[in-house]
Parts: sequence; structure tokens; C-alpha cells
Amino acid sequence: MARSAIIIRRATILKKFGAVRMEPIMKLGQWTIGFTCGLGGACVFLVVALRGAARSLLRPMLIVQQLYATGVLTMLIILVSGLFVGLVLGLQGYYQLVSFSAESSLGMVVALFLVRELGPVLSALLFAGRAGSALTAEIGLMKATEQLAAMEMMAVDPMERIIGPRLVAGIISMPLLAAMFSAVGVLGGYLVAHVQFGVDPGMFWSSIENGVDLIDDILNGVIKSLVFGFVVVWIALYEGHRSVPTSEGVSRATTRTVVASSLAVLGGDYMLTAIMFGGF
Amino acid sequence: MHNKSLELWVGLFMLSGIVALVMLAVQAGSSGSVIGETYRIEARFENVGGLAVKAPVRIGGVRIGRVGAIRIDPSDYAAVVSLDIDAEYDTLGEDTGAAILTSGLLGAQFVGLSPGASDLYLESGDTLEFTQSAIQLESLIGQLMFNRSGQDEGR
Amino acid sequence: MLSTTDHTADHIVCAEDLVFSHGERNILDGLSLTIARGTVTVIMGPSGCGKSTFLGLLGGRLQPASGALRFDGKPVPRTPGPDLFRMRRKMGMLFQNSALLTDLSVHDNVAFPIREQTSLPEELIRILVLMKLEMVGLRGARDMMPSQLSGGMMRRVALSRAIALDPVMIMYDEPFVGLDPVSMGVILRLIRSLNDALGLTSVVVTHDVSEGCSIADQVYLMDNGRIAGNGTAEEMLGSKDPWIRQFMQGHADGPVRYHHPAGDYLEEIRGG
Repeated sequence: MARSAIIIRRATILKKFGAVRMEPIMKLGQWTIGFTCGLGGACVFLVVALRGAARSLLRPMLIVQQLYATGVLTMLIILVSGLFVGLVLGLQGYYQLVSFSAESSLGMVVALFLVRELGPVLSALLFAGRAGSALTAEIGLMKATEQLAAMEMMAVDPMERIIGPRLVAGIISMPLLAAMFSAVGVLGGYLVAHVQFGVDPGMFWSSIENGVDLIDDILNGVIKSLVFGFVVVWIALYEGHRSVPTSEGVSRATTRTVVASSLAVLGGDYMLTAIMFGGF
Repeated sequence: MHNKSLELWVGLFMLSGIVALVMLAVQAGSSGSVIGETYRIEARFENVGGLAVKAPVRIGGVRIGRVGAIRIDPSDYAAVVSLDIDAEYDTLGEDTGAAILTSGLLGAQFVGLSPGASDLYLESGDTLEFTQSAIQLESLIGQLMFNRSGQDEGR
Repeated sequence: MLSTTDHTADHIVCAEDLVFSHGERNILDGLSLTIARGTVTVIMGPSGCGKSTFLGLLGGRLQPASGALRFDGKPVPRTPGPDLFRMRRKMGMLFQNSALLTDLSVHDNVAFPIREQTSLPEELIRILVLMKLEMVGLRGARDMMPSQLSGGMMRRVALSRAIALDPVMIMYDEPFVGLDPVSMGVILRLIRSLNDALGLTSVVVTHDVSEGCSIADQVYLMDNGRIAGNGTAEEMLGSKDPWIRQFMQGHADGPVRYHHPAGDYLEEIRGG
């Protein structure tokens, strides 16, 4: 009791002299320095990783193996989520449009939402959760169990053998996954529209034809997902590579990967949308 | 064996991704926005209403092109609308008329062309002479109400 | 590889006044040592004295703050990538936790450096791998995955991987940690027999005194980032130096205090 009273008194005295008030500012300073260092490290890592990726292009079998790990294993969750998102879009879209008797544009609404935004963004978020976290954990564990160091000692460059193929595979598989997400989503929307509400199939598909533009919508969607795939894999590999080589460090790095890449995807989506559709 | 099944799965993955992309592209592709050959003509309007760039250009309801650009002619403040017409429709007469129409009561606006009878065809850079501005619903309603009240007073 | 088996007095590793710092602390603080070709050199010292750091420097994975380090006549620190890789092909390394690639089978693990560094036909690689695995007695385990192996077997597989490219020198980082007595005996015998049969130079970093001494041609004792003593195993065991005596015989108290520096015991208990 007496002790805590002393502590409290001491704290108030310190506050009077401003020592305590400096602390948040110092914290901010620390955070800024840490953040800048992290960003710089990530950029240096990227340059080295891209060089490794370029060299790994000569060894397609390594990339195929990684396409399996990042692409095929993520496909199921992408297809299932895409279907459900499409079903929900169909339902909500129908309820809203039917009050304007505009349910014939349902196809366009569903397709535009999916191709422009939900396809690239949601599949990138799922990709970060499924493939990104796995990549970080894998690289982190390879580091913790000295596998990366062992490779270096066997005169094998881990950037070329491990990091590069994963970067390439991630960039290839992301747009394909996003396209699958959108395609399955449109089918889901069609199921709801036609089977549940009896919207004319011809109207549904022709509204997509009229409303969705190949360049503006589909190409931009593909560009978005390319960028997202690149960013997510970059973050995942970087976090794995710089993780503290203990089980706790790896689990923290995995969390950081999911959080940072989700934020990067959502923030990046806003910027890309502003550039692509805002007429900049 | 392991390698074989891995290759098969990755092949399936790539294939389904590409199929999905192609499917989306084909669905959107037939809207005529594929980078096909087009030629550009212009039409001057007093008022374009809510017409937007990329709105369709139609003849008799069939889409033959799209609005490429909308700008103001600084000399007389008329709205100049550039129309990108698909190259296959190259036999539009010089006396073709253009009107800004609305699909449905509240739908999006588009440019409707009415074919003329001339034997001379429009070429890239030509300007349409017969145009009809957008009908503005609000002024129409205003007119109607004004006329109504005038009739009432006259009686 | 027989050309390297000349048991002359020339030194394959030559370190002079190496300093390596991590943050404020100097982990290596003026380390100098030489390792003779064809010998088994054991570097011993308490945990955290910088033994493993030295192997990191020797493999070119870490860069010293100052000092010189030569391997096979060429300086190691700050060697550019391709030259460093050429140098590393002459080194094998056995890591503390074996560092087998977990997604590859035993056979593929041993074949890994051969496949990466050469373009030999697959049939020849198979024969080479079987030869290397036979040397460590694990030819029968070639189709198993690393997760199915015991710690001792993993270390033997890693050892056969380390000799896959016929190196000139092998570095062992704590090869005796966490092994049962039988596996320990196997590893001890392997280090000695591989060294003599293949004409290698072996550098063993360990804190296990009796095991280290039983195979050592030369012993270096390290403390606080520098060499505290060196000689043959017998010389070290018979040393009069109090610090060396304490470490070699494992006494709890001596120059290395049992108690972490603290205030007076009774006073602290009363005053708490």
C-alpha cells in the first residue's frame, strides 16, 4: 500500500516535470525509425529476390512445384468463397434492383462488382491467409532449422533456389485465382438470379456483355490482382526471411504477414481504383 | 509418380485459371469494346444532357460504336461529341442524323443514329449535320405544368 | 582428392586477430588460430564464447569487423559471391540440428548438392549417393523422409551430404549435442575415420570435453572471444592453468564463478 502510494506520487512529480510526457513522442520516434528500417530492408530484399527470381526462371520445375503449393492448394478455398460471394451478390443485388424493376441488370451488377473489386481483393486476402502465411512459416522454419544457412554452405543461393521460384509462382497464380473467383462468382450470381428468382438468362448474360468492358474492367482487374499477388508474396517472403529463428518468432512473422498484406491489399486497392477508374 | 501428379495438378490449375479468364473476357468481349477497327465522326449538340463517354452508339437499337469523347467548341459553346463507329459500318449516308436518347424512362443515355438516304458515305473526321439534343425531363415537366396553368387561365 | 592428402605442416585455415561484434558486444575479440591440413582440430569453450560464430566467419556467412582469415591460402571475408561459392564447394558443414531439407527424402538430400553443382546424369548421381550413404551406414534408409529419422541418423545423413562434393575441410557445429551414447560413438568414429580415409581436415566445435578430446589432434580452448589455450588433448588435460583446469574437468566453481555477480546474500534477504 505504502509502496504504491510512493510510486503514484513519483509519477505525478515526473509528470509535472514533463518526463512522462516525452515518452509517447519517443515511442513515435522509435516506431518511425523501425518502420523506415523495415521498409528499406524490404526494398533491399526485393532487389535481391528479383535477381533470384530472374535466375530461377531457368529452372521451371522449381516454379511448377511452387505453383502447386501456392496455386493449387489455394484453389479450393478460392472456388468455394467465390461461389458464396456470387450467391450473396445475386441475392442482395436482386433485392435492391427489383425495387427499381431493374433486375435485368443483375448480371452486370454482379459481374462488375466481382471483376473490378471483389475478385482481386477477396482472392488476394484469401491468398494472404492461405498461401502467404504458409510461405512465411516455411521460410521462417527453414531459417530456424538452419536449412537456408546449410544451402549457402553448399554453395547454393537460397534466393535463387527458395525465394525466387516462390515469388514467380505467386505472381503467376494470383491473377488466375482472381479470375477463377470472379468466374465462379458470376456463375453463383446466375444460379440465384435464374434458379431462385427466375430472371431471364438471356437478360442476365446480355447485361454482362453490355456493362462489362474488356479493357476497363477485366484488364484492370487482372492488373490489380497481379499487383496484389506481387505485394502479398513479397511481404510473406520478407517476413519469413527476417523472422527471429525461434518458434515464437516464426509465429509472430506469420501474423505480421497476414496483417500487413491484408492492409496493403486494401489500401493498394483504393489507390489502384482511384488511378484506374478515377480518370487520373 | 509424385512428380507426375504434381504436374497434372499444376496443369489443371493453369488451365482452369486461363479458362476463367477467357470466359470473363468472352462475356465482356462481345460488347464491341475489343480494340477493333473504328473510325471517328463528330456530332454537334446544343445540349448533351447526361451523356457519358463510352456510352453506346446505336442504329435502330443495334450497337455500332461508342462515344469516344465529349468536349466544348470554344467558338460557339456547342457540345462536340466524337463517335467511334465500328469499321464494318462504313456505309452511313452523309445525311445521317444523331439524337441523344434515353433507354427507358430513367435509363442511361446513348446516341441514336437515324440513317439518311445519301449515296455519299461518312468518312473519318466528318461532322453530322442533323442533330437533336437530349430531352431533359425536368424542363419537359416544367413546360407541361406551365402550359397547363396557361390553359386553365384561358378558360 | 588424394592430392590434398599431403600431411605437410602447411595450414589450411589461418585466423589473425579476428574481431566480430554484435551490437555493443564483441563476440570475437582478437581470435588467432591456425589449423593444420589433415588434422582433427577441436575448438572447445563454454556456451556463448563465440565458437559457432567462428564457423560462420570461416564459411563466409558472417563478416568480421577486423582481422584476417584465410582458407586454403585465400582470404575469406568479403569475398564476392561467385568466388565465395567456389570456395564453399571445398568446405562441408554439419549443422547442429542437421539442417536436412525437410521436403526431400534422404536420397534427395544427399543428391541435392551434387544436382545443384554438377550436371551429372541421374544414374551416376544415384551411385554417388549410395556410396556416400554407405560410408555413414545408412544406405538402407535412402527412401525415408528426414522426419522419420532419429537425431543420430539425421546427423549421419547430414554428414554424408556434407561429404557429397568431396570437400577439403568439414566443419562440425556441436556434433554431439542431444545424442544417445551409441549414436555419439558412431559420430565420433565417423569424424575420425572420414578424416583419415578421405584425407580431410576436420574442424569440430563443441563443449563436450571428453568426446572432443578423444578424437582431437589439436585442441583450442576459447573464452570470451579469444583463445585461452591450445595443445594436444593430453597437454590440455594436464594443464596447470586454473581456468583450463576448471573447464576441462568441469568443476562448478573456479575462475568461472558459480554465482552470478550479486550483492551480499544475507543482507539482501533481510532487506527484501
